[in-house]
Amino acid sequence: MSTTAFLDDVRAATERDGEPRWLRDLRARGAERFAAVGFPTTRDEDWKYTSAAPIAELDVRAISEPGGEVTRASIAPYSFGQDGWTTLVFVNGRYDADLSTAGVASAGVRVLSLEQAREEMGDLLRDTLGSICDVEQNAFIALNTALFTDGAVIHLAKDAVATAPIHLLFVSDAAAAKGASHPRVLVVAERNSKATVIESYVATSEAVYFTNAVTEVSLGDGATVTHYKIQRESPRAFHVGTIDARQGRDSHFVSFSFATGAALSRTNVWTILGGEGCGATLNGLYMADGSQHVDHQTRIEHQKENCYSREVYRGVLDDTAHGVFNGKVYVHPEAQKTDGKQENHTLLLSPRAVIDTKPQLEIFADDVKCTHGATVGRIDNTSLFYMKSRGVGALRARQLLTYAFAADVLEQIELDAVRESLEELTLARFTGATTAE
Amino acid sequence: MLKIKELRATVGDKEILKGIDLTVKPGEVHAVMGPNGSGKSTLAQVLAGHPAYTVTGGSVEFDGEDLLEMDPEVRAQKGVFLAFQYPVEIPGVSNAYFLRTAYNEIRKARGEEEVDPMDFLDIMEQKLKMVEMSDVMLNRSVNTGFSGGEKKRNEILQMAVLEPKLAILDETDSGLDIDALRVVADGVNALRRPDRSTIVVTHYQRLLNYIVPDYVHVLANGRIVKSGGKELALELEAKGYDWVTGAQGAAA
Ligand SMILES: Nc1ncnc2c1ncn2[C@@H]1O[C@H](COP(=O)(O)OP(=O)(O)OP(=O)(O)O)[C@@H](O)[C@H]1O
Ligand SMILES: [Mg+2]
Repeated sequence: MSTTAFLDDVRAATERDGEPRWLRDLRARGAERFAAVGFPTTRDEDWKYTSAAPIAELDVRAISEPGGEVTRASIAPYSFGQDGWTTLVFVNGRYDADLSTAGVASAGVRVLSLEQAREEMGDLLRDTLGSICDVEQNAFIALNTALFTDGAVIHLAKDAVATAPIHLLFVSDAAAAKGASHPRVLVVAERNSKATVIESYVATSEAVYFTNAVTEVSLGDGATVTHYKIQRESPRAFHVGTIDARQGRDSHFVSFSFATGAALSRTNVWTILGGEGCGATLNGLYMADGSQHVDHQTRIEHQKENCYSREVYRGVLDDTAHGVFNGKVYVHPEAQKTDGKQENHTLLLSPRAVIDTKPQLEIFADDVKCTHGATVGRIDNTSLFYMKSRGVGALRARQLLTYAFAADVLEQIELDAVRESLEELTLARFTGATTAE
Repeated sequence: MLKIKELRATVGDKEILKGIDLTVKPGEVHAVMGPNGSGKSTLAQVLAGHPAYTVTGGSVEFDGEDLLEMDPEVRAQKGVFLAFQYPVEIPGVSNAYFLRTAYNEIRKARGEEEVDPMDFLDIMEQKLKMVEMSDVMLNRSVNTGFSGGEKKRNEILQMAVLEPKLAILDETDSGLDIDALRVVADGVNALRRPDRSTIVVTHYQRLLNYIVPDYVHVLANGRIVKSGGKELALELEAKGYDWVTGAQGAAA
């Protein structure tokens, strides 16, 4: 396994000048850590079913000149038909001010590119960046920390409510070929604030490239952050992304991960319920075909009493696609009255598609209610017959049942524009039609 | 319309239908009664084309065509409708979308033009009224979380929309209160026409007060052991099944 190209990048990054001391130190820690551990192997328990070797062997370099020919028209299909939203557009990993839109401003809500944030919110960055996603957690986080150049910072002041969703749109086009980008996003939601953040990773070409994203979310007491991640990378791309949240008392973190792109993708959604009375909702839908590999790892850590977590992940796998779902729930001894529920359901459309699903509950408190369930199935013959008996042809019936299986979890999405758009996408994927209801 | 001759069917290695003969002419209503496990649902499912059952003998002709040769969806497109004893829940597919898809697939198969969502809504409105269902039910997933009675009503709604030539109702009356029963019966009666027929599978005579049959058959142990007019249902109600099935046992 060769990680030379990445190590070259890391060396170059630590020699970057013009960055404040704290940032150089942070990068150095990431670089050191990455150089020490390298990419994980399948001997690593967290990477048992997903080999990082194809990433390690990639001949990609950090993108220094983003280039690209992305226009407003080319990103329009990914904007959920919304002009009122605050949208930051990144082309091949680099913030593009011209394509971005300020949207409706809300008092106490600031949305900045990472570079702007360094100028305007340097102290916040210094104190928070890397405090949630520590470089020790894994090699990809370490690599991102060493190499990130762009990304976004969202700050919600105490009691601030973002009236419109905030969309971070990462677009890769043909110029991303053989490139790697390491976007970094920081969301700081102070006490009782509220916002919805969408992170989209989309492609306008079929280039081979690597995205290694890290998103840190800090929720103060009583804050609510809803986070949607839409992963629609190029079918030949590689994508690793971590979303890591820290929750204060009575806060709510809602996450939805939608993944259909990339040759190989790994999404980590982690949260620590660090105060009493918090809730975490982690849902997701993955759909893969061809020889795609799509991996989700969720980790919910209950540290305090009276918190709940809800988790539903669904997957539809066709051809020789390989899905992985690993749902960890960790309940600390003092986290009494924890109420946790986890489900993972996968529909296999082909006999050669594979899912590795592994719930992992570690419970150290005695007065808790934690359940989990995983199903792996094929199209239900009873439903199929029922539909046919109403005159619906076999193919169409299969398509509808597949759509229905997937759409079941999309119903959990509260934001209409996102839900409807993903429903449409899903319906089109399985039926070729363009309208659902 | 329907000619069943010497029909035999198995599930696994178990023979359930052991030679059924039944002829239904256009406009007729036939009631099929019989004890639990006698094969009533099996007969209904075999007519609809359920793949779990293997036909091992006999024939079924529908409008002069070999019904057994047809895929289930083709049977439906030709006008066969089965109201299931246990309607299937399909989470994620809205009732309205499902019905419209079925309606249009049937039209397409018949070479008719598809109906757009707006026009379809008009059709639905009228049918909903007939089965006294709220349009809220249209946006819910097919049968998902419906009560027993709602599921049965939904079957009748589907029937009313698809307007089959041959409707087979498999115990649509069981578990219904008297009001729901009347709704179901009204739905069936509204559909009655000289060129349409109905097979009503039921345990109870009660439904037959509302849907008056031309013929009543008793199915026992995979065979029709007795046929008669509507008075047979009353007789069965009074005396139970033993006297007919017992007679069959003695003859065998
Ligand atoms: N799919 C199946 N697999 C195994 N056995 C079956 C299956 N379907 C029916 N049977 C058996 O065949 C017999 C007839 O069943 P069927 O459902 O046709 O009876 P029924 O007359 O409709 O009964 P009920 O009045 O209870 O609805 C029963 O013994 C039943 O257990
Ligand atoms: Mg039955």
